[in-house]
Amino acid sequence: MTAAGVGVLVETDGHGATLVSREALTFARELAGGQPVHAVVVGPLDADVEDALLPQLGEQGVAMLHHATADGLGAYSAAAWAAAAVDVVTRASVRALLAAGTPRGNEVMAHAAVRLGVAMAANVVAADGVDPLVVSRQVVGGTVLEEMRLDDAVAVLSVAGHALDPAPAASPTEPEVTAFTPTLSEADLVARVVRTEVGAPDESAALGSARVVVGAGRGAGSADGFKDLVSLTELLGGVLGVSRVVTSLGWRPHHEQVGQTGSRIAPDIYIPCGISGAIQHWAGCSSAKTILAINTDPEAPMVTRAHYAVIGDLHEIVPAINDEIRRRRG
Amino acid sequence: MANVLVCIKRVPETSGQILLTDDEQAVDARHVGWTVSAHEECAIELATQVAGATGGTSTVLTVGSSDAVEQLRGALAVGCDSAVLIEADTATYGPADVAAAIGDVVSAHEANGTTYDLVLLGNDAADTGDFQVGVRLAALLGRPVVTGISACAVADGVIVARGEGPEGTEVFELPPPAVVAVMEGGVSPRYPSIPGRMKAKRAPIETVSPQREPAGHGRVRWKLPPQQPSSVEILGTGPEAAPAVVDLLEELGVLSR
Repeated sequence: MTAAGVGVLVETDGHGATLVSREALTFARELAGGQPVHAVVVGPLDADVEDALLPQLGEQGVAMLHHATADGLGAYSAAAWAAAAVDVVTRASVRALLAAGTPRGNEVMAHAAVRLGVAMAANVVAADGVDPLVVSRQVVGGTVLEEMRLDDAVAVLSVAGHALDPAPAASPTEPEVTAFTPTLSEADLVARVVRTEVGAPDESAALGSARVVVGAGRGAGSADGFKDLVSLTELLGGVLGVSRVVTSLGWRPHHEQVGQTGSRIAPDIYIPCGISGAIQHWAGCSSAKTILAINTDPEAPMVTRAHYAVIGDLHEIVPAINDEIRRRRG
Repeated sequence: MANVLVCIKRVPETSGQILLTDDEQAVDARHVGWTVSAHEECAIELATQVAGATGGTSTVLTVGSSDAVEQLRGALAVGCDSAVLIEADTATYGPADVAAAIGDVVSAHEANGTTYDLVLLGNDAADTGDFQVGVRLAALLGRPVVTGISACAVADGVIVARGEGPEGTEVFELPPPAVVAVMEGGVSPRYPSIPGRMKAKRAPIETVSPQREPAGHGRVRWKLPPQQPSSVEILGTGPEAAPAVVDLLEELGVLSR
């Protein structure tokens, strides 16, 4: 591949760039090998979000922020976002375009790959070779890695959440900001969000960036078996995550699910209680730095793969832990 | 009336230990059996719900070997009206090839008078996890597409699709015909009834051959991440272990929050 930069679609929240987007920027910087990294943000940005965003991009060594604004970009539309990202591929002559492996990141990269007439690699965890570009990406829900060759003129890929830490660049930058109006057609705006219904809080975003996650599985016993687990979660300032069986039985909402068809987590500590540790669940929690399993079965995969474990019934152990925490806090 | 096409994929059952084939190109499913992904089970349920609510039809389609008839019959048993097998050796197929094969059948059926107002797929295949077949299919057909959708209905000639976004449930309104990629979580797949199974056993399967050679995929090989030996430290048994647990939480600095 000839030397050229790398473009990254950056998703924002109230605190600037999302954690997984900053991970994608770190991946992009390593892939770029000294060539410039171009960030792309689509749609209106609140002033305080932009204030938070620019230093984050600078920390990641981003050369330029391409900010796409146009009528109709106020609501999310994957096709319109892809049109903007593809415009940046041309404007900045990048040789790779990537995003975080979020629902939006994967959706927009798929559209971008179609527009560029190239392949797309979803959920990449590492670049194994640069010329030709060979990446490792998660398949089978993260339990198998695929080595995939990307030899199109522009490589399009998404970076799996928590495959790497968002490390700061050796020399931070002051990104140049350039606003542009992407080339949009009417068709790009047909499949757009017409409204957002804010109901029960959706924990899936919080799970992905939580530093403490308390997990609950079949061992909770019933929909009424979560009281002590919720207390422990609150005492630790964490987020509750559950196994697939818990959501399938209707004990807890689907957005709390950790695993292949739920959220991927990477907390400092994960405390799975009454979770046997099926491969699908492990795919969602294997990036946890420390795992403390509570389970009746000392041979359960979650116990043998954990760093620490307590053997016994969660309904006896978790209340005792809660009491001990309260006692020490006085 | 909305005619719905739901596209599914026969994939290895991977809840147990995973082994790879000798050529490192796939999961060795000889001893584990086959299924469809949870996303697609929900897509099948949505297809039958939309067809039922609008007085339309639901057709299930797959691209794969003749063995995939098992999965087509599974969908017929829970309410799909008809089934199509695009019989192909998919080992050399990339996501663009799968989309092209489906697109050709949609166009051929349309030429014969059957238009699919809604094409449903799973958000991503449980094995290859490409996250793009729906988007590529929509581009080939010139139709709008949304992915990550957990609930979907057709009302007053509009497809209303809902999915979880960063700030809440996002609602899309698409003019048919459109393509929707479904994620698990919005509906519960039903179990097949005995009469449903009997009917599915006898149902005819339309079998077609792909119209073009596959362009292929970039797969070099699959590999299993190295297994770490267990190094678990047992802190204790029963509630008596609570102080040791809280000691650990203090040590890790998560208690001060």
